[in-house]
Amino acid sequence: MTITELKRKSIIYRKKTLQYITKAKAGHTGGSLSCLDILNVLYNKVMNVSPSNFSSPDRDRYIQSKGHSVESLYVVLADKGFYDEDDLNTLCQYKSHYIGHPTKKVNGIEQNTGALGHGLSLSVGTALAAKLDEKNYRVFTLLGDGELPEGSNWEAMLSAAHYKIDNLCAVIDKNNLQITAPTTDVMNTDPVDEKFRSFGWAVKTVNGNDIDELISAFNSLPFEKGKPSAIIANTVKGRGISFMENELKWHHGVPNKEQYETAQAELDKALSIL
Amino acid sequence: MAEQINTHSYKANLEVFSETLQRLAQTDRDILAVTSDSRGSGKLVPFGKKFPKQIVEVGIAEQNLVGVAAGLASCGKKVFAVSPACFLTARALEQIKNDVAYSDNPVNVIGISAGVSYGALGSTHHSLHDYAVLRTINNIIVVAPADNFETEKAIELAAETNHPVYLRFGKKPMPPLKEKNEDVFAFGKGRIINEGNDIAIIATGETVYPALQAAKKLEKENIYASVISMHTIKPLDTKLLETLSEKCGAIITVEEHSIYGGLGEACASWLLQHNFRKPFKIIGIPDEYTVTGSQQDIFNHYGISENGIAEQAMRLLEKTLVHL
Repeated sequence: MTITELKRKSIIYRKKTLQYITKAKAGHTGGSLSCLDILNVLYNKVMNVSPSNFSSPDRDRYIQSKGHSVESLYVVLADKGFYDEDDLNTLCQYKSHYIGHPTKKVNGIEQNTGALGHGLSLSVGTALAAKLDEKNYRVFTLLGDGELPEGSNWEAMLSAAHYKIDNLCAVIDKNNLQITAPTTDVMNTDPVDEKFRSFGWAVKTVNGNDIDELISAFNSLPFEKGKPSAIIANTVKGRGISFMENELKWHHGVPNKEQYETAQAELDKALSIL
Repeated sequence: MAEQINTHSYKANLEVFSETLQRLAQTDRDILAVTSDSRGSGKLVPFGKKFPKQIVEVGIAEQNLVGVAAGLASCGKKVFAVSPACFLTARALEQIKNDVAYSDNPVNVIGISAGVSYGALGSTHHSLHDYAVLRTINNIIVVAPADNFETEKAIELAAETNHPVYLRFGKKPMPPLKEKNEDVFAFGKGRIINEGNDIAIIATGETVYPALQAAKKLEKENIYASVISMHTIKPLDTKLLETLSEKCGAIITVEEHSIYGGLGEACASWLLQHNFRKPFKIIGIPDEYTVTGSQQDIFNHYGISENGIAEQAMRLLEKTLVHL
């Protein structure tokens, strides 16, 4: 897939993410938009995972620790053919499998997540199993910067470095905002890169909304043989919609009809000039 | 006086756990022990020496222990996540709930030195809440083997059960409950240790043995007690509970756990909701931080003992012990 095609997909994914959040009247809009380019590149350019190999023990794994940003993941998995996109019309409805956090009842989801600070430990175990079985699959996990104060993350970071699991890549969606306030005000975890390094990880910092930079980083995995890799992905919460970017209220704000139409128009314009 | 048991000739269930796991690991390289600096207290040092590639140490980090165990189990590993029950089922409860039970990763969560096994180390090290909290979590089997036989069978079964299991046991040498163990051991199927129609004593874990001693004492009063090792607290053997309620005049439950939320309340709830009304008493630890002392001191203090259980049985049947 070419860079232009990936960029096009990112815009289309944004349109669909907003479409289903708006229809459901629920969702974590800002975070879904900040991590969307990461998901796009992972699923369309990096990972060896698809509906046809999802039961294979050799597939790459993706575990979304920041489970609340599930809406953009649902859109990407539908595009990959894990299920019919029409299913997303049931998002958050009575008896729908497509709830506000990932569950294994949805094809393509590896683990039930949503409580923060769980994905990294799960990923360490999954990556360690590959090492024990001498398999070559890789494990990718996405953490929000707001969830980093959970102590379990630091326990997991220690163990990943201790076991030298270089088939593990943690991506930090560093959008600098969480539900209450800027992350630096709620609980400052900066400098995140230095913290990961001091825990024994190899680290790269990229623009997490830039397709080229993301591809370049993922293509150079592992960053250092014998070390787990962390990508500090600097992103913009609400990315792609002018009035949502870096605005706290869009953490889990849902657009009204007018806002929705404005957002779609902005995305259509971006698509037309691509 | 009760028959004095020479405990030196018996093994702790903890030792049987370790021996069984070593035996299984010899022929199954998917067997993994995951420890939180707990290989010594879990009697897993020999396991670690024999199978260095089948033990994963995470340090003193119980949340990570369970999360890592869940990840390993999701890839087909037969994982035994081993840590003191007090920490495992409190600090790492959310990981048990989400990463093991909700995500259906078949981890065997092994709570060692459970209940008040740590005795005088105090309430930080006691697990008197684990049945209660785990009973409310969907998709995990909760088991407390009583003797070496049950422990060995439970570990064998857990290794082959593609389902989350919580197993807890203590570190005290445990005498066999039966001379011949012809029973078929299955999760969710209570084990009948003694038969009698006057009263049913339903116990679990290390309290089954004093329950059996109490039953022998009661026989001297011409009171005949059924003694059940209800090793599986969830799912509860309600069929056996129904049978016992139909044939026995009263029911006592015994557990090394808070009287709230454990075996006793599970039995009481089921009986009441199915219209079985019998004199009923829960023996366990009351809602307080325990008296200080050894495990045996604490058992004696709260009546989890031959005399305590026998006296409670007599009270429930409105009779008086003569042969104390």
